[in-house]
Order: sequence, then structure tokens, then C-alpha cells
Amino acid sequence: MTATADTHRLTTAKAMVDGITAEMDRDESVIYLGEDVGAYGGIFGSSTGLLDRFGATRVIDTPISETAFIGLGIGAAVEGMRPIVELMFVDFFGVCMDQIYNHMAKISYESGGNVKVPMVLTTAVGGGYSDGAQHSQCLWGTFAHLPGMKVVAPSNPYDAKGLMASAIRDDGPVVYMFHKGVMGLVWMAKNQRAIDEVPDEPYTVPIGQARVARTGSSVTVVTVSLSVHHALDVAEKLAGDGIDVEVLDLRSLVPLDRAAIVASVRKTGRLVVVDEDYLSYGLSGEVVASVTDVDPSLLRAPVARVAVPDVPIPYAHALEYAVLPRHDRIEAAIRAVAAA
Amino acid sequence: MTVPTAPPPAEAPDGGPEKIEGETRIDLYRTMVLARTFEEAMLREYHSDKRPGFDIGKGLVPGEMHLAAGQEPVAAGVCAHLSTGDAVTATHRPHHFAIAHGVDLRKMAAEIFGRETGLGRGRGGHMHLFDPATHFSCSGIIAEGYPPALGQAFAFQRKGTDRIAVAVTGEGAANQGAFHESLNLAALWKLPVVFIVEDNDWGISVPRAESTSVPSNAARAAAYDMPGERIEDNAVEAVYAAAGRAVARARAGDGPSLIEVHTLRLWGHFEGDAQAYRKDLEDVPGRDPIPTYEYTLREAGLLDDAAVQQIRASAAEKVEDAVTFAKESPEPDPAQALRYAFAEPDGGAA
Ligand SMILES: Cc1ncc(C[n+]2csc(CCOP(=O)(O)OP(=O)(O)O)c2C)c(N)n1
Repeated sequence: MTATADTHRLTTAKAMVDGITAEMDRDESVIYLGEDVGAYGGIFGSSTGLLDRFGATRVIDTPISETAFIGLGIGAAVEGMRPIVELMFVDFFGVCMDQIYNHMAKISYESGGNVKVPMVLTTAVGGGYSDGAQHSQCLWGTFAHLPGMKVVAPSNPYDAKGLMASAIRDDGPVVYMFHKGVMGLVWMAKNQRAIDEVPDEPYTVPIGQARVARTGSSVTVVTVSLSVHHALDVAEKLAGDGIDVEVLDLRSLVPLDRAAIVASVRKTGRLVVVDEDYLSYGLSGEVVASVTDVDPSLLRAPVARVAVPDVPIPYAHALEYAVLPRHDRIEAAIRAVAAA
Repeated sequence: MTVPTAPPPAEAPDGGPEKIEGETRIDLYRTMVLARTFEEAMLREYHSDKRPGFDIGKGLVPGEMHLAAGQEPVAAGVCAHLSTGDAVTATHRPHHFAIAHGVDLRKMAAEIFGRETGLGRGRGGHMHLFDPATHFSCSGIIAEGYPPALGQAFAFQRKGTDRIAVAVTGEGAANQGAFHESLNLAALWKLPVVFIVEDNDWGISVPRAESTSVPSNAARAAAYDMPGERIEDNAVEAVYAAAGRAVARARAGDGPSLIEVHTLRLWGHFEGDAQAYRKDLEDVPGRDPIPTYEYTLREAGLLDDAAVQQIRASAAEKVEDAVTFAKESPEPDPAQALRYAFAEPDGGAA
């Protein structure tokens, strides 16, 4: 997009905050709480500027007590507020998962639909900067596996803002997973697509609709979040070699846009899934099943899955880049599937 | 200072008056200097290759880096009572405790540099140091070092030894469920644990007063029926004295104790933290505990210029040797990235 009077160039982080700001402006019951979300503005910039604008009664620093403050978010949501609660890194879900999956995610069902939990759980995901095994995971497959929560993972500024608006307005819990590598942070490796023109006006991006990030005819790459950018980079490169890659950005894992996956594979007959989460029992297998459940004969070649082999994320750079789905592995997989 | 429990005994458990030998005082100083020298070297190395700008993923030591400058009195004062048979579980800010507990500097530096010769063969990194030789470990998830310390203490007790476990958190982490569950269980089962809380005023950008409902974690110890003590000064000898009582109690089979030390975060939460939120910054350098203690020991006639020079030079030599070792060590082979997720029969030696 080019700049117009109605857009601004924003990083993904700023676009996310823009989305939150618009909803906080229009709805008094929206609050943001979590660790270091006030004066610090969120370790990854997810709440920068909100304290100045809305004050400490609506932008609230919490103790490091995730079970308590995520549970507080649930209770406040049950009573009609629309809290956005930040879990600083998704890796910390271990200390508070009961509130998330046994409460936030199940109350609607257990109450027969009589109780709503309109809450957003924001959390930073992903690796690539040597933060080690406890600060580098994506884990969206874990959340997506457990019924009752929508799971979104924007890859760019436009979607970050629109998905945030949808998440806040949703009457049920939405887990909003932002990859550190797409936020456009000045202190991390730059990603050219982490900054873009974003409309000033509020808008929504519907949860559950994938986006064709690049149209192609030879191979479908289904992916999400930061890996969308890697896949697009590789697609550009392979275009010169006559491999025309279609890149599908899922944008949300729950609901999963299975129709979009099938439609693309129906066209290309070849599928590569790129997922920065662990390989087994996760998103990549689910995407493949979305095709084979419908019609295995759509596939003209075996599928390739490029994910984190089932190992904790290593610290040392060379080891980490060996297990992450980076350009080299994505390219090799696409070439193999295209040639098969 | 709020200590709702009975105040700790003024005398050491053996009944003798509490008095620190001159040699011990110099050792405490030496440990603090070694830990600081290591952190200064990490500071230098960490920032040396992240320019222009600051890219956290760049350089020989990438990722988050939490340095413990200013908190040396806690580690030195506590670990002076331990042998390497005792366990220590530390935090995301672990170097000072690792050093005070005797973790091999070369292997530790090599791990921080992500090398095959490191404590975790480059798989762990600075928040994940595991040293079976000294029963040292740490975790990047706050308060989560407390529960495993219970188990190490439990095992030591079952084996009929008088070995103990020391578990460390920050004051921010003391608001985590694992902290409270651990205090209860340790007191209930009389486990030989010493709980340490390093109160450096800040949990990243959140000041203690905005995170914690009590002015002293000694109050929380009281709630779990164990002795608790808050040390208001960042003074190594006060820590040494309190830790002596707690360690003796644990070794004697009388159960756990908690010590909170009001210490100092001399630098940012992590490197790259601009600390715009921090209003106490101007006073910070004047509160550095090492020059203060050095002055005390000089006044006592225990240190002079030559002795200080010698201690600093020796620390620098050890640290630079470790850094050189790390830099000259091989990087892990990416083809081996999947190893060690599961136990290997020979401990992975092959
Ligand atoms: C369960 C969990 N929540 C949040 C974090 C992120 N985090 C890392 S250190 C830190 C602050 C810890 O403060 P404190 O315990 O006082 O230790 P300090 O950093 O001051 O040494 C936070 C919030 C984490 N690592 N684990």
C-alpha cells in the first residue's frame, strides 16, 4: 500500500496498539493488564503509549502472578468487561495454564452458553534470537488443540490491527499470538514487511479467514506469522526458477480456514506446510489432514512439513537456525515437492 | 524491617558469639570481586558486537542477558556456607550464585558463548546453566527454581546426609504460586532448604511497592511457620550471618528458613534496557556494595592497595582465561541439534 491521507506507516507493534486504542476509545470496559505493560509499554511494544492515553486505571501493571491476573481477567470478562490480558511470553503458560484452558476456554461450554468470557489473551511467541528453550517457542498448536479458544497470529501490521479489533469484540476468549520477529522492534533483526501503511480508521479482519499472501500455481505453502515472510522471500527467489509458489497466510489457527487450504491445493496439487511450532501433533499435521480428509487425490506429490523437529529450541545460534524453519529448509522443501 | 516471627537468635547455633574471621571476610570480598569481574566481562563481550544500533540476536553472545552486578553480597554471603555437595537453584540472573558456588568458570563462559565445551554443550544458554558437579541449576521461568530445590533437599535427607538446598528468587517472583507452594511443603516436611529472596527493588519495570502486598517476605515465611528474616542493607556480612543460622538449622534437620536481602540492581533488567522507568538511577552508583565493603576491610586493616590489586588481578586473570577458552572452543555441530532431548546411556559423552 502507498501512503494516503488516511493511512500511516506503522510497525506491527504500533498497529496492534492502534487497534487496542480504537477499541478502548469506543468501549470503556476494555482494559489492558499484564507485566510491564504500563510505563515500560510492553517488553515487545504491545502496549506502548496506552498508559499515557488511558491512565493507570485502564492500563495496569500486575505482579508476576499469571494465574491470579489471568484469572482476574476471566472473572472481569464474566462480569461484562472486555479485558486484554498479556502473558509476556507464551512459554510462561506453564505457570497459569489451568486458568486458561480449564476456565477461560471451558466456561462457555460448561455453562451451556449462558456465560460469556469476552477476553483477549495477548502473548509473544517465537525464536530466532538465541533466547533459549524457555523463551523462544510458538506453542500455538498447544492452545489450538484445546477446545474453546480462538487463536490468531497476525503476520503484518494491517492484520495485527484488524484482528485485534475482532478479538476484542468477540464474545469469547481469543488468544492473540504476536511473533517478536514481526513486531518491527528496533532492537531485533529487521523484517521489511513488519512496517506498512495501515488505515487510520478502525476496521476489523475477520477471525478464521486465511489470506492469499502470494498467488501461484505450482506449489501451495500454508503457513502463519513470521514464517509467512520467510515463505514469501523464498517464493520470490524461486519465481526466477519457474516455480510459482502460492503462499497462504492462515492468520488464525482456530477457526482454521480449511476451505482456503483445500481451494489452494486443488489448484496447485502440491503442499508444503511451514510452521515454527513443533512438528508432531500440531498445526502442520492438521493442515495436511484438512486436505486428505476432503480428497487425498488432490495431492499430486507427497506433502512436506517444515517445522521445529521435536526438540527444545537450542540456545547456540547455529543449532537454533538448524531447527527453525528458515529460508534454506523452506526452499529445499518447496523444490522437492515441486519436482516430485 | 518487619519481622513478625520471633527474631533470629543473636548467637550462632553452637552457642558461640558470632564473629567473622578476617580470612573469611577477605574471602567474601574475593568472591564478590570475582563475580563482578565476570559480569563486567559479560557486559563488554555482550555489547562488543551488537552495533550499529542494538540487535539482540547478534554477536557471539546473543539473546537476553541478565547481569547481577550489585547483588554479589547475597551470593557471596550465602554460598560461603555451602560445599559443592549442596544444591543451589538460581534464577534468570544466575552468574553471581554460580560463581560463588564454585561452578567452573570456563564451562560457564563457554555455555554463555554457546559452545560445545559449555555446561550444556551450547544447548542451554545463560538462563539455563546446569552443573551436576556442584549441584547448581537455574531457570528462566521465575520462581520455578524453588520446587526442584525441595526435591534435591528431599533426596539429600533420604540419603541420610546433612547436605542442603538453597533456592533463590527475586522479590518479584515471590508473588508466584510456586513460591508459596514451596514454602508450605518445605515447612510441612521439614526439608533442609534455605530460601533466598533477592529484593533488588524492581521486577523489570515494576517497583516492589506496586507488586507486593507486604513490606517484608519474612512475613510470608511466618505464614508458613518458618523463620524469616529481612536484611535491609546490601551488606555481605549481614547476609553471611543470617545464612549461617539458616544453613545450620537446615543441616541440623530443623527445617527451612527464608532470608530476604534488600540488594541492588546496579544495571538494567537485561542488557539493552534503557531503564526510562527508573527514578532511582542517579543514586545507584553510590550504592555499589563492593567499594563499600572494600572500604570496611581497609579500615579493619585486612586489605591494602597491594592486596586489593592482587585480588582484582587474580579475578581478571580467571575471567579472561574463561572468556578466551569460550571463544576458542568449537561451536556445536548443527547436525547434532537433535541430541540430548532424551537421556543417552553414557550421558552423551560419545
Ligand atoms: C513465570 C514468569 N513470568 C514472567 C517472566 C518474565 N520475567 C523475567 S524476569 C522478571 C522479573 C523478575 O523480577 P524479580 O523476581 O524481582 O527478579 P529480578 O529480575 O529483579 O532479579 C519477569 C517478569 C518469567 N520469566 N517467568
